[in-house]
Amino acid sequence: MKAFMSRRKSFVVAATAALALSLSACGGGDSGGSSNPSPVEKPSFAAGTTMEKLSSAGTIKIGTKFDQPLFGQVGLDGKPVGFDVEIGKLIAAKLGIAADKIEWSETVSANREPFIEQGKVDIVIATYTISDKRKQVVDFAGPYYEAGQALMVNKDNDSIKKPEDVKGKKVCSVTGSTPAATIVDKYGAELVPAATYSACLEPLRNKQVEAVTTDNVILAGFVDKEPDAFKLASEETFTKEPYGIGLKKGDTEFRNWINDQLESFEKDGSYKKAWEATAGSVIKTAPSLPAINRY
Amino acid sequence: MDVIIENLPLYWEGFLRTLFLSVVSGIFALILGTLLAAARVSPVAALRGFSTVYVEVLRNTPLTIAFFFAAVVLPRLGVKFEQFEVAAIIALSTYTAAFIAEAVRSGVNSVPVGQAEAARSIGMKFSQVLSLIILPQALRTVIPPLINILIALVKNSSVAGAFFVLELFGYGRQLANANGDAVITVLLGTAFFYLLLTVPLGILANTVERKVAIAR
Amino acid sequence: MSSVLYDVPGPKARRVSLIASIIGGLLILGLLAWVVMTLAQQGIFEGRRWQIFTRADVWRLLGNGLGSTLSAAALAAVIAFPLGLLLCLLRISDAAVIRIPMRIILEFLRGMPVVLMMLFILLGFGTSAFIAVVAGLVLYNAAVFAEIIRAGIQSLPKGQREAGLAIGLTSFKSRMLIELPQAIRRMMPSLVAQMVVLLKDTSLGYIVAYGELLRAVQVMADFLGTQYLFPIFFVAAAIYIAINISVSRIAVWIERRGSRKAAGGVATANTTADLQVGHAGPV
Repeated sequence: MKAFMSRRKSFVVAATAALALSLSACGGGDSGGSSNPSPVEKPSFAAGTTMEKLSSAGTIKIGTKFDQPLFGQVGLDGKPVGFDVEIGKLIAAKLGIAADKIEWSETVSANREPFIEQGKVDIVIATYTISDKRKQVVDFAGPYYEAGQALMVNKDNDSIKKPEDVKGKKVCSVTGSTPAATIVDKYGAELVPAATYSACLEPLRNKQVEAVTTDNVILAGFVDKEPDAFKLASEETFTKEPYGIGLKKGDTEFRNWINDQLESFEKDGSYKKAWEATAGSVIKTAPSLPAINRY
Repeated sequence: MDVIIENLPLYWEGFLRTLFLSVVSGIFALILGTLLAAARVSPVAALRGFSTVYVEVLRNTPLTIAFFFAAVVLPRLGVKFEQFEVAAIIALSTYTAAFIAEAVRSGVNSVPVGQAEAARSIGMKFSQVLSLIILPQALRTVIPPLINILIALVKNSSVAGAFFVLELFGYGRQLANANGDAVITVLLGTAFFYLLLTVPLGILANTVERKVAIAR
Repeated sequence: MSSVLYDVPGPKARRVSLIASIIGGLLILGLLAWVVMTLAQQGIFEGRRWQIFTRADVWRLLGNGLGSTLSAAALAAVIAFPLGLLLCLLRISDAAVIRIPMRIILEFLRGMPVVLMMLFILLGFGTSAFIAVVAGLVLYNAAVFAEIIRAGIQSLPKGQREAGLAIGLTSFKSRMLIELPQAIRRMMPSLVAQMVVLLKDTSLGYIVAYGELLRAVQVMADFLGTQYLFPIFFVAAAIYIAINISVSRIAVWIERRGSRKAAGGVATANTTADLQVGHAGPV
């Protein structure tokens, strides 16, 4: 993967521009442009802190999803784009690390905790819901966004409005994901597991499942691409999924520092900008930064 | 360890689903594979051709692609099913049948020429030569490789987890995600249940192999 | 084509066979036509959906995916084969202390799903996705190679080893100089067939997010939109099948060279893999 990415680097600038043009031309699913926040010149940090280490190394390893539209999705050039990615770039910039010095690696749901524990990544920004169970092995900065679970149905389906309506019905979601567990355990749906959320679209279209469930922002992305086929069952969400930034357990200094940065992004407007460049293309109401959970 | 014991019902459910997929697909694959092998050595050129192309294409297709066709392309063609197990069984049995056909055919090859000549000289037709003389002898020699193919089938059923069927591996991933602090234990638990199916099959293969070797 | 399984067909049988072949052929063609028509009705063959293949970045990503697939498969094969040879020698060792634990290890490796091994290596040892894929493939395929070679050695006439020992070779030398070369030659078709399986199994790398061909397909379909899913998938399937069939052709070619020496079975007129009793099977 690393070799694959570094070879790509030379293309990136040209490819991103070309891609943006060609995609808008063919109506493909670009989930937003990518920005390049300018890095802070020579930031200074107390010796021995993670910030100082990363800053002097001049690079940071960030884990993100590569298949989550609007948040972290890899483009044809091998670079991920999305809101998570923008947040990552903003944090890196505060460490004096330019966007092209970030080493992105793909984290799938099952390897986020092990990757942090083993130090394969410095931070994970991957639609990573803060939970008490996860807090036992990793620490979370943030939340930087609060999503919520929702249902997506076929355009002509009016029988499902709320999660209680899917009891005993087939609902597609990703194997092992939190939304999948919720819809089964809490609402008694029959789970049809898929490898990715986009894989759920075909069964839904063919009416082999009644609904697809995951966080509202992801579903909104699908609806946006095919408004004639799908719709959200309801605008309301039935869970709260606070997305946090995962980092090594016990590194409180780093966690507090990231929290401070998140608040500064909100103040200087870069948070809003990051949103508008990515998920904002689909979800018009810009969120404000949720209250940071400092523990 | 606690995490395995706590979630034993889930593991068990996944285990049963894997067992079900393996057994049903295994039976279909054995029937289809034997028919394909018979077609491959038959006098009718069209049958030979069909069987050759089928085996050649399916053996060289990654299982994930076979699953994609069964689970996504077939519904587009109007072949709709309520349960995605149907797609998994179609994918697994058509894929495995190609390997079984090859194994049975090589078994047919291993039967001495004299057997077929003797059968024909006493006036047997092709169907009789094959079903009464050749296949019974061939099947005996191909049982060990067949069992190996069935072991592979059990393990291959884990791909169904990515194609809308919740089986052992799917439950394993679900548990791994829910228990980020015990991922390795969860996976070891999953491995244990697979070995529960595959190791006895492997031992059976070895035993049969020895028995057959002595009989010769 | 002649076979010992049936008499040379007479004129009537040939006619029946020809008619059956034509009808069968037409049926299959009809079925294919129906499939194409049905898919076409859903707009899958519309030109705009295939225009993406005029784009360089699409091919570049497919190329990268293919490169990742081939490099993982090549490295895994290069390591797995010698390792399999070693495991086989240990497995048939004269000393029970080595033989029995080896048997358990091989049984274990053969019985684990490859996806599970990959995930386990990735998480348990904190490796990169590439290493996890290669190591998963190596562990499993080395075990299978070992079983195939062992079956080959056991299919040799006993006299081979006896003769080797009789002229004063040690047990090890007899294995290396007399038995292995014959066993490997005999099992070549199975070994190459297993190589194809190994190549195909790289596609299981999706579980550890390894950027191989199928993963590239999925990434593209997700990124460009689902209307491109079918075209991209058909092209990827074609690439896969073409590569695998070429590798399998090599197997047939090797086997044809080898079979000049081997004694024929009942269906020798077919160019078949002359597999022996108890080979480990293409799995």
